[in-house]
Amino acid sequence: MKLLLVGEYRENKLLDVTYDLIGFADKLESEKVMVAIGYESDVPKFDGKLYLADANELGEYNPSTHKQLILDVIEKENPDLIVFIHSSFGWDLAPRVATSLKATQLTEVVEYKDNSFIVPSCNSKLRRELKSKTSKTVITIQAGAFTPLYDSVGVPEIENISISTTSDINFVGYEKAEEKGLDLTKAEIIVTAGRGVGKKDNIPIIQALADKFGGELGASRPVADNEWVDQSHQVGTTGQTVSPKLYVACGVSGAIQHLAGMKKSEFIVAINTDKDAPISEVADILVVADVLQFVPILTNKLS
Amino acid sequence: MKILVCIKQVPDMESKFKVNAQNNWFDENDLAYRINEYDEYAIEQAVQLKEQLSDVDITVLSVGPNRVKEALKKALAMGCDRAIHIEDEESYIKDSSQIASLIADFSKDKEFDIIFTGMQSQDRGSAQVGVIISELLNIACVSTIADFEYNDSITVKRELEGGLKSIIKVDTPVVLTCQLGLNTPRYPTLPNIMKAKKKELLTIDSLELSSTDSLNETLNFYYPEKSGACLILEGDTSELADKLITILKEKTSVL
Ligand SMILES: Cc1cc2nc3c(=O)[nH]c(=O)nc-3n(C[C@H](O)[C@H](O)[C@H](O)COP(=O)(O)OP(=O)(O)OC[C@H]3O[C@@H](n4cnc5c(N)ncnc54)[C@H](O)[C@@H]3O)c2cc1C
Repeated sequence: MKLLLVGEYRENKLLDVTYDLIGFADKLESEKVMVAIGYESDVPKFDGKLYLADANELGEYNPSTHKQLILDVIEKENPDLIVFIHSSFGWDLAPRVATSLKATQLTEVVEYKDNSFIVPSCNSKLRRELKSKTSKTVITIQAGAFTPLYDSVGVPEIENISISTTSDINFVGYEKAEEKGLDLTKAEIIVTAGRGVGKKDNIPIIQALADKFGGELGASRPVADNEWVDQSHQVGTTGQTVSPKLYVACGVSGAIQHLAGMKKSEFIVAINTDKDAPISEVADILVVADVLQFVPILTNKLS
Repeated sequence: MKILVCIKQVPDMESKFKVNAQNNWFDENDLAYRINEYDEYAIEQAVQLKEQLSDVDITVLSVGPNRVKEALKKALAMGCDRAIHIEDEESYIKDSSQIASLIADFSKDKEFDIIFTGMQSQDRGSAQVGVIISELLNIACVSTIADFEYNDSITVKRELEGGLKSIIKVDTPVVLTCQLGLNTPRYPTLPNIMKAKKKELLTIDSLELSSTDSLNETLNFYYPEKSGACLILEGDTSELADKLITILKEKTSVL
């Protein structure tokens, strides 16, 4: 099987997830061919070929030109599998490329076996095993699902490529998150409120447990989006990445994007009414209970 | 301005799912259904735009079996003007490109200025339908928007990783896929629920629209095996708390 990897850059820098792609190609024992819209000053280390387009010229986010450029390389290389990272870049471009190729796209692949691909379903509770019916297949792989390969020997042979097309969107610039008021990365204990906490009025129950532990309050995304807790407490892909000694997830289902931010915690306790909640994939202990009943009792007993 | 909002009905994710007899999806019986969370943001954004501008007409559309009418009715009660139900009992097994081609075929001569969809569905999570619709209609698309503003032209913020957003200006016609937190979806009020009963809800058989063959096949659908590393504690709440404290004392240095 021949692979084409689509590397990723942001703000002049190669993104680390690009090495997940190299690791994936290595696992499939495939020759390594990559296409990227990036900068020659910072290229990934691997033994293979890199088609590199200049992001200064083409823009870091420019779906119509990027799509055409990737399609040009596909025509030259004729790969069977086109591999993106499941990221804001990958999930935006993969369906565009797949539609142009009349190929299928399989999203957020977490496992590969004998020509079939495993993807999560129902907020990561279940898995689907899929087989492509088209001669070319486009996939996005979940960041962290395949071991990255940082230390492959050799430098890629670079072929500079370009394209002249116009874009149907106008990229104005990046906006950075406000300076974080709270640094959760150094917290030794984090007690996180998930949507299962029910409403803003119940947050003090979770806060009381965090206080009793001498730790910080964390939040899953819906809790931050609903402004039950300030956004600076959010843990996850679009929040903070934490690794405390103890992480207590209260009414958090364990969606991939949340796990990405907390799975490196030393000891993880989840409190959830649902025994099948995917948080059990990373938790050391799952207490099957209603947070509103259990947490006050726990807080009490801790004194 | 003409707006199309595409929504999907999904089961509550906290349901106890059973795998169906074909091993390719969950058994649809005995599940409570609701509007896909991401799509509620899409509906709300369309309704907010209608409140901002005088001349906006919102069509809400869903592909699926008869039950999806409930989702459409809720969208009408939230403020959409008319609903289209593309009836398809087999929609659960159709892939994203098939669903997108039904929607694109329906939309192709309607001249929608903005098509809103959710960024992904909670059950499939493919994150493809909106983007493919734009490709099939050959119009612009910005995915994963976390902010929307209309001021003669459209400015959106597209959410990237690690707290970064990109700011993008785009003209109509455009497809925008909506991310969590874009706005606060409203609850339909009783008077609006009553008003919605009089709004048009048109059903079209999916066979009347052109679609493609499926491009992939589901070989299996299953609960992943538990790694066994997670200790599950069940029982009396007070005893559970004692057990947990004992374990924390043994296994961690925090107590
Ligand atoms: C691009 C992108 C980026 C994202 N970034 C992030 C991110 O950074 N951080 C993040 O958290 N999410 C992120 N998300 C959202 C993520 O996919 C989930 O939607 C989110 O994590 C779910 O939060 P939750 O677990 O609190 O809520 P839910 O998924 O709704 O889960 C609630 C849980 O509470 C349990 N429960 C309900 N009632 C009770 C009760 N009384 N007692 C005990 N348990 C109860 C339920 O069984 C359920 O498991 C992102 C999504 C996308 C698409």
